[in-house]
Amino acid sequence: MSHTPTTRTMTPGKPGAMSRAATLDVAAALFAWGCAAIVTAAFAWLLIDVAWRGVGGLSWSFLVDEPSDAGRAGGVGPVVLSTLLILAVCMAVSVPLGLGAAALLAEFTRGDTRFARLVRRSLDVLAGVPSIVFGLFGNAFFCLALGMGYSILSGGLTLACMVLPILIRVTEQGMRDVPDAQRHAAAALGLSRTTTLLRVTLPAAMPALAVGLVLGVGRALAETAALIFTSGYVTRTPASLLDSGRSLSVHIYDLAMNVPGGETHASAAALLLIAVLLAINLLTNWITRRTHPGWH
Amino acid sequence: MSPSSTDTIDATRHARRRRVIDALLLAALRCAAGVSAAVVLVIAWFVAAEAWPGLRDVGVTRLLTDDAWRPTAGRYGMAPMLIGTLAATFGAVLLTAPLGVGSAVFLRFYAPRRVASVYRRVVELLAGVPSVVFGLWGIAVLAPLIATVSPLGQGQSLLAGVLILTMMTLPTVALTTDAAIAAVPADTRRGAAALGLSRRAIAWRVVIPAARAGIVTGVILQTGRALGETMAVLMVCGNIVQTPHSVFDPVRTLTANIALEMGYADDRHRAVLFVSGLVLMLLVAGLVLIAEAIDRRRVHVT
Repeated sequence: MSHTPTTRTMTPGKPGAMSRAATLDVAAALFAWGCAAIVTAAFAWLLIDVAWRGVGGLSWSFLVDEPSDAGRAGGVGPVVLSTLLILAVCMAVSVPLGLGAAALLAEFTRGDTRFARLVRRSLDVLAGVPSIVFGLFGNAFFCLALGMGYSILSGGLTLACMVLPILIRVTEQGMRDVPDAQRHAAAALGLSRTTTLLRVTLPAAMPALAVGLVLGVGRALAETAALIFTSGYVTRTPASLLDSGRSLSVHIYDLAMNVPGGETHASAAALLLIAVLLAINLLTNWITRRTHPGWH
Repeated sequence: MSPSSTDTIDATRHARRRRVIDALLLAALRCAAGVSAAVVLVIAWFVAAEAWPGLRDVGVTRLLTDDAWRPTAGRYGMAPMLIGTLAATFGAVLLTAPLGVGSAVFLRFYAPRRVASVYRRVVELLAGVPSVVFGLWGIAVLAPLIATVSPLGQGQSLLAGVLILTMMTLPTVALTTDAAIAAVPADTRRGAAALGLSRRAIAWRVVIPAARAGIVTGVILQTGRALGETMAVLMVCGNIVQTPHSVFDPVRTLTANIALEMGYADDRHRAVLFVSGLVLMLLVAGLVLIAEAIDRRRVHVT
């Protein structure tokens, strides 16, 4: 028979071939479970360890007090304030820009125009630029060329450049997911494209906009390298956006690297940062789950 | 004038106003998109402009061949740091690619439904941990652990950097691979199952090869991320400028060097730091474009 060779390997009559396949199957299963175990273990180790070291330092006074003794004592009050201000500047600039760009890409460039392709490619490259290069650029452009110095404004604007790609990508996708029937209905009602965008597409895409926003906030909160040489190191309470202010992530870095004995407070600050990011992650998930039940 | 003709005039006026508003909106959106697209060019321009004095006065040859990195004494040998960067990145990719793909195969082929959804959440969370927290953990836990086995007796080393970078890049490789597997047509999988292939053969011989483009794209993009990662590497690598001869040697990467010296660098020293920034940017941009070429669909960097 012509296909005996194939059938033979599948019958138990050939124990050698069969056991080799079985061994490989077991090895593959072990490998897959092993990968999962390693990743889960590493993650648990990291989280539990940071939480364990940091939880003792967390308290209300830690959240609001001024740092003292280079951060070994006191709290992170002004640091939290600076972080929030940097974030506010970042979002105030990046959200309108990102929304506009996303609306253009999703609503006005059906098909692939050259301009749309160019914008997308630039954003893909922008998304890959290392954060330390954003720091170099922010220092050269915002701090020096535009004369803003080491300031919350410089830091926030640098971060705005950085979160643009993710903001635009998520928002654009959200707008594309709005069914065309809604646009056709709006057009049939004689609505202008402006009204259609503002009253039909944007509200329908709102959950995606929220997710994009939240992801952008998460990215900005986690960033360190781009801020060291733009918003600076100062731990005082900032009086204006032109003052230097240290973000929470920079605070963690400084305490861990440059302040002997700062580790407890570094861990407490890290725990705070992780808790906020976790909350953000849960929020994103909750939004997508509510609006796209099928995604999970 | 009859009421019907006022109506017509109103209607045309209305239509004209609508067209004007639409045109204004489109112009505004074009501006927003144009500015967003221009950001990367402005960045490239400024970094290049600041780097130019370094390239002009010191030159590429000296940057690569000077015998030491003593920028204050006019010696600009960056080769050891370039090697450090490449070694850390290469090591991380070598570990992260199999572990990440393995994780995705676990998710799609081995994990029971419940376990898969929990594991996917774990990986997503891990992807969101800030690099400075990885660095903190690296200093507090990983480095002391490596110190106990290192012949040099200290933990801050190339190995620590490789392991931390692996942890940082793995989640995204796992998620992009997962997405690439999901994009393989269900018929391919069903066909393989109908042939009586084992789970291993379906996963590794049929589905993974079919998802290859997406997987490779994900790995390339994470290679770029590892190249450019700063904080965690800065915190765990020991930061001594030297060409590593073993994984236990401390190294300094280009990114760490920038972070360490930007604060006080001026003139030529500053320009040379910008040269290293420019090199990093070009390397990563090259990787992104390669990834795009491989995967004709839109690239997703996370």
